[in-house]
Formats: sequence, structure tokens, C-alpha cells
Amino acid sequence: MKKKEVPQDKSQLQKANIKDMVYAVDENGNYVTELSTGWEPKTIALDNAIKEIEERVEEAKQRVIEKKTSPIEYYMELHKMDVPILASYVGLWQWRVKRHFKPSVFKKLSTKTLQKYANVFEIGIDELKHIKDQ
Amino acid sequence: MQIDFTHKQSAHCENGVVSNLMRHNGFEVSEPMVFGIGSGLLFSYLPFIKVNYAPVFTYRVMPGLVFNRFAKRVGVKVKREKFKDPKKAKERLDHNLNNNNPVGLQVGVYNLIYFPDEYRFHFNAHNMVVYGKENGNYLISDPVMEGVTTLTEKQLEKVRFAKGAFAPKGHIYYPTSFPQKLELETAIVKGIKHTCRDMLAPAPIVGVRAMRWVAKNIKKWPKKLGPKKANHYLGQIVRMQEEIGTGGGGFRYIYAAFLQEASDVLKNEKLKDFSKEMTQIGDAWRDFALEASRIYKNRSGQLENYDSISDQLMSIAQREEAFFKALRKAV
Repeated sequence: MKKKEVPQDKSQLQKANIKDMVYAVDENGNYVTELSTGWEPKTIALDNAIKEIEERVEEAKQRVIEKKTSPIEYYMELHKMDVPILASYVGLWQWRVKRHFKPSVFKKLSTKTLQKYANVFEIGIDELKHIKDQ
Repeated sequence: MQIDFTHKQSAHCENGVVSNLMRHNGFEVSEPMVFGIGSGLLFSYLPFIKVNYAPVFTYRVMPGLVFNRFAKRVGVKVKREKFKDPKKAKERLDHNLNNNNPVGLQVGVYNLIYFPDEYRFHFNAHNMVVYGKENGNYLISDPVMEGVTTLTEKQLEKVRFAKGAFAPKGHIYYPTSFPQKLELETAIVKGIKHTCRDMLAPAPIVGVRAMRWVAKNIKKWPKKLGPKKANHYLGQIVRMQEEIGTGGGGFRYIYAAFLQEASDVLKNEKLKDFSKEMTQIGDAWRDFALEASRIYKNRSGQLENYDSISDQLMSIAQREEAFFKALRKAV
């Protein structure tokens, strides 16, 4: 890639005032570095990934409302986690976390266990039990 | 208390930390040199490990390896420590700062507040330097940022003890002893040979074979996974290729820059031609990403598009195979 071809497209990096540094070739064929504000193909890929997560969050929310899962799954999706990541944050086996997705099991969870989840999601127990817009 | 430390931005975090720590200790080593000697370049496909609900593709070696290999090859000793207890981890960090020793840290990205939200995933292999503490705030030199920044004690503890795959566990590292003079020549040759060996390895999950495996799988994705998931996987390839500080086309360019610099150090003119060819391979990776983005942009999942992109990846594999076979003989 030539130095003058380094893409300067719009991206999410701009609002945080970050620029990517890239290596490119100058007129004399020597490698130099140049800053880039972003590159469209990458931005689209990232936007799609974010959309995907938003869809997962919305789906989880619906399932909480329909009492098919517990709010834990909703908050997990909201924090871009999956079961292995959440399990390691709360320090429980994955099968136990999965079991806590069941509304009937969730209802009987001790305050201590609920507090563990609440700490990870940085919310109160009340908020953990009742998701917003429910 | 602040250590006199020069921050220099880099394309990739680990290279940058090593290069900046080396400069602090009186050895000027460029980012591409660190990357090349540390044999950072790779391609790997791990279909059985899922990140963000898609398989893992990587364009560089595992975190930590670049520094370890670099250090071994130039005769630098590195001390590494991990902790169970965040309090101990903090004590050790403060102790080093009090001794005027800036240190490298492995951290998770998810709680790194100065990154834009969209970039904050549960990715635990980011690297930074801490070079001081002022009014209870740590002074941070993050190599992918243009300037330096700060984090509170709490914020730093959170990223040092992020959980999930590759959990950093407070990982702290710094060089402890140095040779009289850096012998780059032999180190460069070792680094290049190692990368050639990796890229041509007779295993399906690394090197050009992994690229071919991905290319074959891409053709099957639309039918096997449906257009939505196929697009998601394709997006993952591009994101891993061009993510902040982890550029894959970008890695090819860093390697080309390394070969150019190595050509001068070794007085080997042939390496200049290899550098040019690697630049063109990097361009081919970018074309591949551009083509892929056209597919997932309109979310069509049309079969012929997947076929053509698969062919594109096959031809890159072909070029890289020829490249590394020739490069192995040239040093």
C-alpha cells in the first residue's frame, strides 16, 4: 500500500479521537508510518457485529418477558459475554450458569449468588431481578 | 512519581510495548524489527474455538510469544509474573514504579474506558506500559494510542483481572538484563527461518494450509450456515484482519517493513525484493477484505460471490507458499 492510498474513511474511532497507525510505502519505496482515521470494509464488519449483538440482546429480552429465560441471560448478552466468559467472571461452572437461566431455578437463587451476578454486571439485585421496560 | 518514558505509537500493541521498553533501556529497535525477530507473522484457523459466536482466525502468533522469542534471540532476559490476588499484583506494580522501572502489562479490552464502546469486546490480549503514578492515577502508555493516558487504580485493576479466554491474571513483564550490544544479524535470520517454518508447517490449522482450509470452507458456508451466519463468519475474518492494533493486511505490511530493514542490516539486497512482494501480498489481503465487505454489506449470501472470494484466498495462499519457500532459501 502506498502512503497516499492509506484510507481516511469515517469510523467509530474518530469520536474517541483514536487513529490507527499503519505501515505504507512512500514515493521512494521506503516503508514509513501513517495514521488512518478508518477503513470502510472494516467499519462495516464492525457495524454488522454490533448489530448482531443488539439483535441477541433484544431476543434475550423478549425471552425474559415470555418467562423462557432469566434476566441473567439478558444481562450476559448486554455485556457482550457468552456462557464461558460469564462463568469465569462469577466463578461458577458453566453448567450452573446455564441452569440459572431457567426462570424456576433463578427464582430460588440465594441472595449471595444473585449478588455475584449483580457485581459482575455492576447493578443492584433489584435491577437484576427485573429488567427495564419489562 | 513519573518515570521519564518516551511514548511512541505503534501499529500493534505487543510490538509497541517491546519497542518502547527497549528504547527506554537504551536500545533503539523499531516495531517491525521486534515483529520480525519475534516471528510474529502467522495465519491460523481454529474452527473449534468460537469468539463472538464465530470461529477464530488469527494473522499473528499468540500473545507474549513475540517478546519471548525476540528476547531469546537478542539475548535479553524477561521477567514475567501472574497473580491470583489483585492486591499483590498492585503491590508488585507499585514496587516497580518506585524503582523507576516502567513495566508491560497484559490487559483485557472490555473495560478499557478510553476505547470507543464499539471496540470493547472481551479480548484479553492487549498490552500497555505503565510508567508512573500521579495522585493515585496510573500513567499509561498504550501503544495503539497517539498519546499517553491515565487510569485510576480501580480501572487498572479491572482490566488486569479481566476474565475469559487468555485471562491476563495481572500479568506483568519487563526486561531485566541486556547484552553489551544487540546482535541483530543472527537474530533476524533465526526469526525469518522460524516464520517460514510456521507458515509452511504440515499442520492444517497453521500457515498456508490453514488459509486453504478456510478458503474451502468459505465455499460451503452459505449452504451449510445460511446467509446470515455465513456473513457473520466472513465479517469475523475481516475484523480479525483489520481490528484495532491487530491488522492482518496490516501485519503483512509490518513484515514487509521488517524485510526492508533487515535487508540493510544483513546487507542482503534480495530481501528488498521480498519486501516488495510481501507488500503486494498485503495489498491482495486488502483486496480480499474489500471484496468480502461487499458481500456482507448487502447481506445477500449469493453463492457465486462466496466462490469468487474463496478463489481469492486460495490464490493468496499460493503466493504466500511460494514466498516463504523462496525466503527460507534466501537467508
